[in-house]
Amino acid sequence: MSSEKTINLTLKVWRQKGPTDAGKFQTIHAKDISVDCSFLEMLDIVNDEMARGDQDPVAFDHDCREGICGMCGAVVNGIAHGPQSETTLCQLHMRKFNNGDTIYVEPFRAKAFPIVKDLVVDRSAFDRIIAKGGFISAKTGGVPDANAIPISKVNSDLAMDAAGCIGCGACVAACPNASAMLFTSAKVSQLAVLPQGAVERTERVLNMVSQMDSEQFGNCSNHYECEAVCPKAIKVENIARMNREYLRASVVSRD
Amino acid sequence: MNLNSNIPEGPIEQRWTNHKFNMKLINPANKKKFNVIVVGTGLAGASAAASLAELGYKVKSFCMQDSPRRAHSIAAQGGINANKNYPNDGDSTYRLFYDTVKGGDYRSRESNVYRLAEISGSIIDQCVAQGVPFARDYSGYLDNRSFGGAQVSRTFYARGQTGQQLLLGAYSALMKEVGKQTVEMFPRREMLDLVLIDGKARGIIVRNLITGKLESHTADAVVLATGGYGNVYFLSTNAMNSNVTAAWRCHKKGALFANPCFTQIHPTCIPVHGDYQSKLTLMSESLRNDGRVWVPKTKGDTRKPSDIPDSERFYYLEEKYPSFGNLVPRDVASRNAKNVCDDGLGVGSTNLAVYLDFKDAIAKQGKSKITEKYGNLFDMYQRITDASPYKEPMMIYPAIHYTMGGLWVDYNLQSSIPGLFVLGEANFSDHGANRLGASALMQGLADGYFVIPYTIGHYLSEHKLNEVNNDHSAFEDAQRQATNKIERLLSIKGSKTVDDIHKELGLLMWDKCGMARNEAGLKEAIEKIPKIRDDFWKNVNVTGSEGDFNQTLERAGRVADFLEFAELFATDAEHRKESCGGHFREESQTEDGEAKRIDEEYSYVAAWGFEGVGEKPTLNKEKLEFEHCKPTQRSYK
Ligand SMILES: Cc1cc2nc3c(=O)[nH]c(=O)nc-3n(C[C@H](O)[C@H](O)[C@H](O)COP(=O)(O)OP(=O)(O)OC[C@H]3O[C@@H](n4cnc5c(N)ncnc54)[C@H](O)[C@@H]3O)c2cc1C
Ligand code: FES
Repeated sequence: MSSEKTINLTLKVWRQKGPTDAGKFQTIHAKDISVDCSFLEMLDIVNDEMARGDQDPVAFDHDCREGICGMCGAVVNGIAHGPQSETTLCQLHMRKFNNGDTIYVEPFRAKAFPIVKDLVVDRSAFDRIIAKGGFISAKTGGVPDANAIPISKVNSDLAMDAAGCIGCGACVAACPNASAMLFTSAKVSQLAVLPQGAVERTERVLNMVSQMDSEQFGNCSNHYECEAVCPKAIKVENIARMNREYLRASVVSRD
Repeated sequence: MNLNSNIPEGPIEQRWTNHKFNMKLINPANKKKFNVIVVGTGLAGASAAASLAELGYKVKSFCMQDSPRRAHSIAAQGGINANKNYPNDGDSTYRLFYDTVKGGDYRSRESNVYRLAEISGSIIDQCVAQGVPFARDYSGYLDNRSFGGAQVSRTFYARGQTGQQLLLGAYSALMKEVGKQTVEMFPRREMLDLVLIDGKARGIIVRNLITGKLESHTADAVVLATGGYGNVYFLSTNAMNSNVTAAWRCHKKGALFANPCFTQIHPTCIPVHGDYQSKLTLMSESLRNDGRVWVPKTKGDTRKPSDIPDSERFYYLEEKYPSFGNLVPRDVASRNAKNVCDDGLGVGSTNLAVYLDFKDAIAKQGKSKITEKYGNLFDMYQRITDASPYKEPMMIYPAIHYTMGGLWVDYNLQSSIPGLFVLGEANFSDHGANRLGASALMQGLADGYFVIPYTIGHYLSEHKLNEVNNDHSAFEDAQRQATNKIERLLSIKGSKTVDDIHKELGLLMWDKCGMARNEAGLKEAIEKIPKIRDDFWKNVNVTGSEGDFNQTLERAGRVADFLEFAELFATDAEHRKESCGGHFREESQTEDGEAKRIDEEYSYVAAWGFEGVGEKPTLNKEKLEFEHCKPTQRSYK
């Protein structure tokens, strides 16, 4: 870890004007960066300089900058969200880098995530997967008292573990097959361990998996790179649970 | 203007029930003939869009992020209040109502707050039915905690990620309707204007943030749920894209803006550490349940906190407020932190920080218990600051967090423009001059799940609405104006960046319209803001082009609106010559330096009308009546 207060870096940032542009790395020198900056604040500084020089700043998605909205993300030196485990790009701090480092910054790459501009990608495929079954169809009103159905702490904790997914897409970017299994299985798992989710269990997993397949995500071949980069520590055991759900559903489904 | 709050008649306990009965209904088969636009997909917007679609309305939903799941509500940590009384510790609708009115320092409408308390329990039922994994105890039933100084445990939570889980619940309900094609979803759209036809809200203009194209969308009613305006201060705990633009443009079209100066300053945030800093990070208020707040007793004591013995520590909250101690409300905790720092007792490199210490809690309860309660917060703190709260106290300082002010709405959540409804943090309604912890999530979901589905039907059935198309001249005019503004921004080509000017505005707001305000400072702000605005329109440099994904242009548009809005904010703050809630007016304090309200003069909602940029706004007053909660000066001693 760096001990200096400020560091100088050479960035190789992916620049791409739009989905059909070929794109290339641009070399940018980032000088006197405080080690207490976050990675995105470092990009802010770089962009500020570019704007002053009338250059087009690097486009990157971000919003909460607290590691919870899932909006930010880039591949930093080959790793989705960069070198610090369980940390989103906005929470990665420059103290994790050394003076003189060269840092490659690229968008999350996957067929299902077309590039919008520079580091910004289109992750709407995730929303379409959720729209196929990532919910319990309880309409507003007409539901029982919240304490009517006790849920064991073990299951409710398991549901919460899976529900922590922020939908950033790092799992897809890290997977050699660009599979969305970790994302999809996190939602399937959350609802599978809750009694409220049981009613729609069969259709849910079948429909979500079928949507996932139609979005050009690849298959899972158990590399577990997804788990390694997940900023929220979503576990691959969710994938195993989804596979069981899928198997069960394939057997009992009436379609 | 005559402000009719449309509060129903009758005893407070029956008002909402009676009102629901008295409102007109729309036949189920007819609902699909009505188009409703919902702007925003936070708790308020997502819950509204989903619930309206379930009823049969045709809904269009808009948000700025790439997915509705990323609205700023996602960042709420601590919890959501409800009147369930599961712990059997004396909570009730009436108590939640009373606490909220009192906590708001008697500047909210009793009827609205009562309804909020009444509805709160249904929210929890709804969320559990959706699969929101609230914390449970070993019996399998829901767990509660006391939050922000409440005397009862009425806060439901999902680890330190309550907002995330509630929002994902509302988002899943929304996506269910998107899947059924009853909601059409428009992400990455920014609302730039409201379109009125015959004096009624009939649609919006949005910019597609990817292509840069302007779009016109028509509707029979528009629901605005676009969140708060804390980013007028540049640094706040809000997400980077939070803005006042949508609300402000509605204000310019005639919607009154109420109590803009009522902002909340949260006592426990990570202190500012450099001028590159882009935002402030909140550390959940729940930490004050176990953390003890202190500063060294002597100025300039630079010893490590662990080397300072107890006798040389000033536990100022515990000493000054023995009955509430570290759990005093947010405004009191914030102001006291500022005071000790102003007295030179602050710690850290900037001396603008106080300690929040878990040493005693760890000794008493054990490290694992503390990890269970706050582990993710401690990790977050360590990631940002590189210091471990298990080993040394956290350093915290107050930061802008929430805005109680917003567009004025009546009991039906309708603004002063017919057909424009405003929900969630974007309206002014339920929190008076100070919001209690865990009440914003409650209000957002109450508005969206349980209020708007009723009140919008009443509006739609009462008004004859002609069919309109987006080639109507009102849409064309609004598009032209939006285009002109964008072209003007791009043509300035000055030497300052958008952030340069936003930071300048933010500093001025923090200094003069922040935690403590006085007449001279506010007058100075009122004089300086137009100058910063002029500077912006002369010297800003907005790079790139209009027909492109252009984040600089997006920010420039938002800052341009903040620069107009800030003047209204300061004007409101200047006119209210009393201290109340989160708003401390130095001229109005008690002998021992506590905030002093002036009920005889200021017991009203200040609802401002727009008269032109740089023109003096008109003040309309909605008098507040307190039948149940008799105003008293708050005391936490
Ligand atoms: C860090 C933090 C922690 C908090 N913790 C708590 C807590 O524990 N308990 C609690 O009760 N409250 C908490 N709050 C407050 C609470 O989270 C918010 O007040 C609440 O979530 C606001 O919800 P909303 O639906 O009104 O708006 P938001 O969630 O802010 O959503 C705004 C929506 O509007 C859209 N939008 C905005 N402008 C435009 C535009 N011009 N065009 C198109 N779309 C637009 C956005 O895309 C977004 O979808 C916290 C707040 C913060 C900042
Ligand atoms: S910006 Fe929200 S997770 Fe990084």
